[in-house]
Amino acid sequence: MTHWHIMVVDDEEVMRESLAAWLREDGYNVDTAVSGREAIDKARTYDYAIYFVDLKMPGGIDGIETMMEIRKLHADASIIIVTAYATVDTAITAMKEGAQEYIVKPCNPEEISLLVSRIIKVKNLQRENSILRKKLTKQYSFHDILSKSPKMGKIFELVKDIGGLRSTVLIQGESGTGKELIARAIHFSGDREAKPFVGVSCAALPETLLESELFGHEKGSFTGASSQRKGKFEMADGGTIFLDEIGDISSKLQMDLLRVLQERKFYRVGGSEEIEVDVRVVAATNVDLDRAVREGKFRDDLFYRLNVISINIPPLRERREDIPILAHSFVERLSHELGKKVDGISEGALRILLDHEWPGNVRELENAIERAIVTCKTTMLTDEDVAFLVPVADQGKAAWNVPSNITLEEAERHIITATVQRTHGNIKEAASILGIDRSTLYDRLKKYNVQRE
Amino acid sequence: MYIVALGGIEEDVLTAVEQGLGHTYGFSVKRLSRLAEPLYAYDAQRGQYGSAHVLRQLIAQVPMDAVSMLGITEKDLFIPMLSFVLGQAQLSGPAAVISLARLQQEFYGLPPDRPLAVARAVKEAVHEVGHTVGLTHCADSSCPMSLSNNVRHVDTKGAELCASCIVLVEEKTKHMRAMGATPNGAGTRNL
Repeated sequence: MTHWHIMVVDDEEVMRESLAAWLREDGYNVDTAVSGREAIDKARTYDYAIYFVDLKMPGGIDGIETMMEIRKLHADASIIIVTAYATVDTAITAMKEGAQEYIVKPCNPEEISLLVSRIIKVKNLQRENSILRKKLTKQYSFHDILSKSPKMGKIFELVKDIGGLRSTVLIQGESGTGKELIARAIHFSGDREAKPFVGVSCAALPETLLESELFGHEKGSFTGASSQRKGKFEMADGGTIFLDEIGDISSKLQMDLLRVLQERKFYRVGGSEEIEVDVRVVAATNVDLDRAVREGKFRDDLFYRLNVISINIPPLRERREDIPILAHSFVERLSHELGKKVDGISEGALRILLDHEWPGNVRELENAIERAIVTCKTTMLTDEDVAFLVPVADQGKAAWNVPSNITLEEAERHIITATVQRTHGNIKEAASILGIDRSTLYDRLKKYNVQRE
Repeated sequence: MYIVALGGIEEDVLTAVEQGLGHTYGFSVKRLSRLAEPLYAYDAQRGQYGSAHVLRQLIAQVPMDAVSMLGITEKDLFIPMLSFVLGQAQLSGPAAVISLARLQQEFYGLPPDRPLAVARAVKEAVHEVGHTVGLTHCADSSCPMSLSNNVRHVDTKGAELCASCIVLVEEKTKHMRAMGATPNGAGTRNL
């Protein structure tokens, strides 16, 4: 929802800015124009999801004319004509010329919210539909990347902007951050979406096999090459090739790759015919290529060729706000796939998830949720189900500085109070955490006059 | 954080809002001396008060050390496009305002219900101040940062921020805390 852009066109500043501010609070990116002409100019460089256009504007071009010009640029633009004075004639003209809605100000806020969300919903469905139709059963799409993070929002914006270009993209990020999903989003955001997306994991194969995998081979070019075979570059012709773990390739392959990037031409292994392809290269790595270049492990000329557009995916620990939505989404999907009725995450469990460093990022989170669901005995994941994320040696102890001048009894009272509070008065759970039996815990609660709630 | 009454506002609302903001955002909440009713923002044609106008006045009076400043008025607010707004705020800016007019049962011809009106005021205060620290509307309809276009929804949403919004508040206010804005001693509310 938050990545759609809306344009507000009105010559009256208060009207324009207050509506823009109201829409921004809803998370939309809002652009404004003081005249029809300015709006048309802006529409030339950007296709907004919704245009709010005031009917009466001075300067020779009114709302209806503005709408007609915008529709010439973007036939599917959703345009809402706004007026203070409703007449049947103007309403009919507006609708005839293709306005999505005709509204009279002031409007009920509910009406506007419903209108905007209805249009955005249809736009989301249209976009999703067009992607899904081409990918059929494949499960990824731009919107499958769940994120509330502003950093990821900027990446989505960039992906949309570069979708239609042929420039090489280098995606850097720790493992498990979703580099391949971003690569696919780039492919499916542009005009190559109907053409193949071919992925190659460069670290998975030894050098000679990788060479043949990328560029293909001629019959008899090496032992076992019993027939001619097309390489991934040829298969990806017209589309995108995704070179994962590019930091791990040998220096010979680095040179071969540089040639392909420079000339868009190559030879099959053992071949003499030069093959030309139109392929967009998206490369990814979890190693610091900049450093690899400085250390002489990676060719600098290849690095610059790859790094035309650079995307750095932040690790999950730098976008902790995504943990709750990702965790809930994994619970929803995985509980269904695993056939277990788990439909929530307790606050304690969520706190553990939020505090974990996630060196394996989103993939590690997904695996952790799967493991927790498998062992979960109720319909909700509790802190016990995700306790494996807290190293045994560190469970609650690492950050604990023992206060000075404290008696053993005082320490015991603090520990018991904190544990009972943490378990929300659940004595069985508290006793289990403290490693004592329930009757002992009851004795201590009485002794220290600790309330259970 | 600061709150300021724009005209006469009952003590129960001011106290509840003060406590609600302190509890939610973990900053100390101070009360500024009452300002005059926003008569300058009155629109005779609509019989309402322009919230953009009120915000502009508030912005001019924000104290130097303010993370946020929330004005509270009994007057019914509007923006030109909409028939009313329950409040308005600068997104990632310090000033915000809420109107109590439509939060009271009397507005709808119903018998007064003071605790309900106070609870609504706290939720809307948390909502508008959320915008000032940079939060946008939340898709979780039980979170006070979800958009409310009427009191029915204000009543169904909770007073406690959802887990994602809490994390966002922590992130977005980190630098403010580092710059010395006064925490209320309790720290940011945890999950």
